[in-house]
Amino acid sequence: MKFTEEHEWLRPEDELVVVGITEHAAEQLGDIVFIELPEVGTQVNKDDEVVVIESVKAASDILAPIDGEIVEVNEALVEDPGKVNEDPTGDAWFFKIKPAEPEQMDEYMSEAAYMKYVG
Amino acid sequence: MGQDAPADEMIDLPLAGLHAELGGKMVPFAGYAMPVQYAAGVMKEHQHTRAAAGLFDVSHMGQVILRGADAETLALAFESLTPAAVLGLKEGRQRYGLLTNDAGGILDDLMFANRGDHLFVVVNAACKAADIAHMRANLPGIEVEEITDRCLLALQGPGAEAALARLAPEVAEMRFMDVGYVTLEGAECWISRSGYTGEDGFEISIPNEAAEPVARALLADDSVLPIGLGARDSLRLEAGLCLYGHDIDETTSPIEAALQWSIQKARRAGGDRAGGFPGAERILAELDSGPARLRVGLRPEGRAPMREGVTLHHAGAEVGRITSGAFGPSVAGPVAMGYLPAALATPGTAVEGALRGKMLPVSVASLPFLPANFKR
Repeated sequence: MKFTEEHEWLRPEDELVVVGITEHAAEQLGDIVFIELPEVGTQVNKDDEVVVIESVKAASDILAPIDGEIVEVNEALVEDPGKVNEDPTGDAWFFKIKPAEPEQMDEYMSEAAYMKYVG
Repeated sequence: MGQDAPADEMIDLPLAGLHAELGGKMVPFAGYAMPVQYAAGVMKEHQHTRAAAGLFDVSHMGQVILRGADAETLALAFESLTPAAVLGLKEGRQRYGLLTNDAGGILDDLMFANRGDHLFVVVNAACKAADIAHMRANLPGIEVEEITDRCLLALQGPGAEAALARLAPEVAEMRFMDVGYVTLEGAECWISRSGYTGEDGFEISIPNEAAEPVARALLADDSVLPIGLGARDSLRLEAGLCLYGHDIDETTSPIEAALQWSIQKARRAGGDRAGGFPGAERILAELDSGPARLRVGLRPEGRAPMREGVTLHHAGAEVGRITSGAFGPSVAGPVAMGYLPAALATPGTAVEGALRGKMLPVSVASLPFLPANFKR
């Protein structure tokens, strides 16, 4: 599992990469009340805004951590955005991406490095 | 309200230590360090207040005592600054009022109480210095005393009466907008049956040294949780109540803001003391023939909140703007307030809000979004 400075986690799953946000991010955002997911089939570039999250406090975006194609999104989050606060690193993943350049993963932090990053 | 100061210039209020102990996340608000939320989070704090009772520290607000030669002189003097009827407010009762400017805009909104030989006024934190200067400059012969040695706590929710009555059984006799005195933890407290959440409840002015013991005594009740400013904002928004500096300000008139209920008959055209407040010409004219625009409730379709600043559109033209907006935990959907032309202000009217480059449907809704739960 890899972690970005934007507080996303990336978990390789066969040919795909599953993306979600960390517990730290979920806690900082506060209660999440709305999520807008990308459309399946969308080609994204690294740093494109792909997900909109609204919490009780503010709106924020999730950026695509790598280039690729969105192949699956977690529709359950649209009905129940609060899942992200309950289980951010488990059931509440956001999307699965088919990487165009899998080596883009390499630049991201290990779990130990991320834990140190958020202190 | 809501002018943020840099963190290093935040003023700590007397309950800062208690907030830290309770896990309060402190943020700058009107120059003070205020708890925006506690461990439970905004959503749970909001729901708990509607279901049981919430304790809010609102000690940043201004507490002011006005004294005059006699009650009538004082009431008539204060009426020169507000469109509300002050004369005629019975001793032991409180009213909501506005300070207006010569252009008919709103300088602040406030609560004032008749306490026999004086008026007790509670004003917004961000406006208090200006309000006090305004009153001192424009109320000759009236003593304007800022109370700086008292905290202000609000206990709100359907469980507020039971929780407070455990410490002072007599509060159960109070009706909405009654004011009085009550002894809590050995200290004389000033109490009103009011608040700003749409729920039954009390606001309690407590000598600084007794504020923490009183807060702890209330929090010792299982039904009472500490609530931060985050939930205070979503509670007042669902209740259709204005936030100064956002929903009302110096450019909005009381009539545009749909606050004409705060102008009693005596101060309106044909009343015993019609006019005689700053901006009366515009305000009474709007009361007579209707304002060009109106504050309305808004329900964005779907789940995405539309916040302050989102523009409102109709038939291809920009027609207004959202002044407060959030996800309403009790409504279980996004709620907002904003201004629209009078012709579009009828509940049910369909408009659009521009959100992230898209035009999304919004319908005009009546306020409040939830029925108020006051003890009349």
